[in-house]
Amino acid sequence: MSGSRKMLLFGGLILAAFGMLYGLHYALFIEHQILDGMGASLTEGFVAAASREMPQAQEAIEAYGAAKYKYVRQVDAHSHWGGLAMLLIVLGAVFDRVQLRENMRRWLAIGLLAGSVLFPFGVLLQSAGDGGMFASSLAVGGAAMVTVALAGVAAGFARRPE
Amino acid sequence: MASAAISPETGFAPMSAGRMLVFGGMALIVVGMVFGDIFAVFVLHQNGGRTGETLMAAAQAAAHRDGAGVREGFARVGALLEDRGTKIDTHVHMTDAGYLALLLALVQPYVALPSQRKKRLAKIFLVGSVMLPVGIFLIHYFGLLYSPFPAIGWASVLADTGGAVLIVALLGESWGLWRYFRGDRTGAEAGVPLDNSWSERTLLSGGTTLVLLGFLFGNWYAYFDLYAQEQGEVRILGMLVNQAEASSVAGMTDAVNQYGGLAASRAVSIAAHSHWIEFGLLALLLAFVQPYVFLSETWKRRWVKTLLAGSLTLPLFVLLELHFGLIAGGIADIAGLLVIVGLTGMLVGVVRHSGRAESVAA
Repeated sequence: MSGSRKMLLFGGLILAAFGMLYGLHYALFIEHQILDGMGASLTEGFVAAASREMPQAQEAIEAYGAAKYKYVRQVDAHSHWGGLAMLLIVLGAVFDRVQLRENMRRWLAIGLLAGSVLFPFGVLLQSAGDGGMFASSLAVGGAAMVTVALAGVAAGFARRPE
Repeated sequence: MASAAISPETGFAPMSAGRMLVFGGMALIVVGMVFGDIFAVFVLHQNGGRTGETLMAAAQAAAHRDGAGVREGFARVGALLEDRGTKIDTHVHMTDAGYLALLLALVQPYVALPSQRKKRLAKIFLVGSVMLPVGIFLIHYFGLLYSPFPAIGWASVLADTGGAVLIVALLGESWGLWRYFRGDRTGAEAGVPLDNSWSERTLLSGGTTLVLLGFLFGNWYAYFDLYAQEQGEVRILGMLVNQAEASSVAGMTDAVNQYGGLAASRAVSIAAHSHWIEFGLLALLLAFVQPYVFLSETWKRRWVKTLLAGSLTLPLFVLLELHFGLIAGGIADIAGLLVIVGLTGMLVGVVRHSGRAESVAA
């Protein structure tokens, strides 16, 4: 088994396990509280409007928006870690069929693995720090790494075997 | 032992765990996609319309200073969202279980367990794969009926049990893989005999390109639309609250319509992103199944082209639904049908291959 293949298979398995553990922790300890909070804020906003307490109504709607911002990113981090891990495992199973030199394949594997770890991590950090520049750069950089590496893999698959 | 049962002509042991997982996986994907198509045609739009009406009723209750009416309205919105959410989850869990079954079929040669135990694990996995989505589907209809628990109904229990069954099967497979990597060769089989055919190469490069396309679109969506939509939702809800306070029916109607448009825009973007990636993964996995598709090269190519054409077209026309309405929606549904037809064609080829394997073994 080539080094690039091993990197993708074992990296994918570890990332899948990590993504599942994060998902389990999130589902047990965080998700329900956030969802309850979102539903309560939205109802509270309209109940406050029914009582003509408009500042409280707007405040509740803002609270709903802030909670949803976090929720979307936390769920996205979990689902992207899981999805990218599955992609790494599937590509790992057939990576020797990428018609490129092993050196090039290794760089593609590094790009795929590093991007798959960093991109969801950046998204998760956005939910913790309200979208700081570092978190966004990490997410954008990770996504770019996966994108470029995937383009290389697609080209490698399309080439006829020598 | 098991390797002796594999036909040298077909490379596919009759009634093996790998065969069960290939059949089961493809069948789960086909059923999951048919369910998704039915959901898109008969439930999705109607549900969105009713959610808008209920949100309007909640806003009108606020306009009439009726706090209880507001709470009741949001409870109904919650029920409608549950209806929609459980159907999407049924579709996603059934197709994803199918992908996982195909992935497990790939790793069967490296699972160091006796063949009988491998078959038992495959059966357990497939039973869990059916229980989980069926349980999820029933959650909305059964609710807490006859349930002794305060918050969990019998359908949730069925779904959770299905999930637990899947975990047991996956732990068993992991144990077999661990034994293989420790040097145990019990039940060892030959690896998947990829033969570098046109169909395989096209599925591999086409699948990777679809994943890439989904990824590029996801990047574009996150950069240009996600933040704007999040801010738009808060702005529209704030506007709805203000219009309710002013008791303006026209203003409330406008806000609810804007909210519906925003929800539709977000839904089609996420659906396009996830479907391109999932179809890409499906194409990659189907590349491994090609050696087991017992059809002429011409027919193999036809099914590959049909599947890839549908996979490219469905998400594209789901996106265009916002601009071209029902025409684009209809084309997306036909594209979904193309994927189902391509997949079914390959499944028939696998069935024919298995018949051949059994006749050779006999």
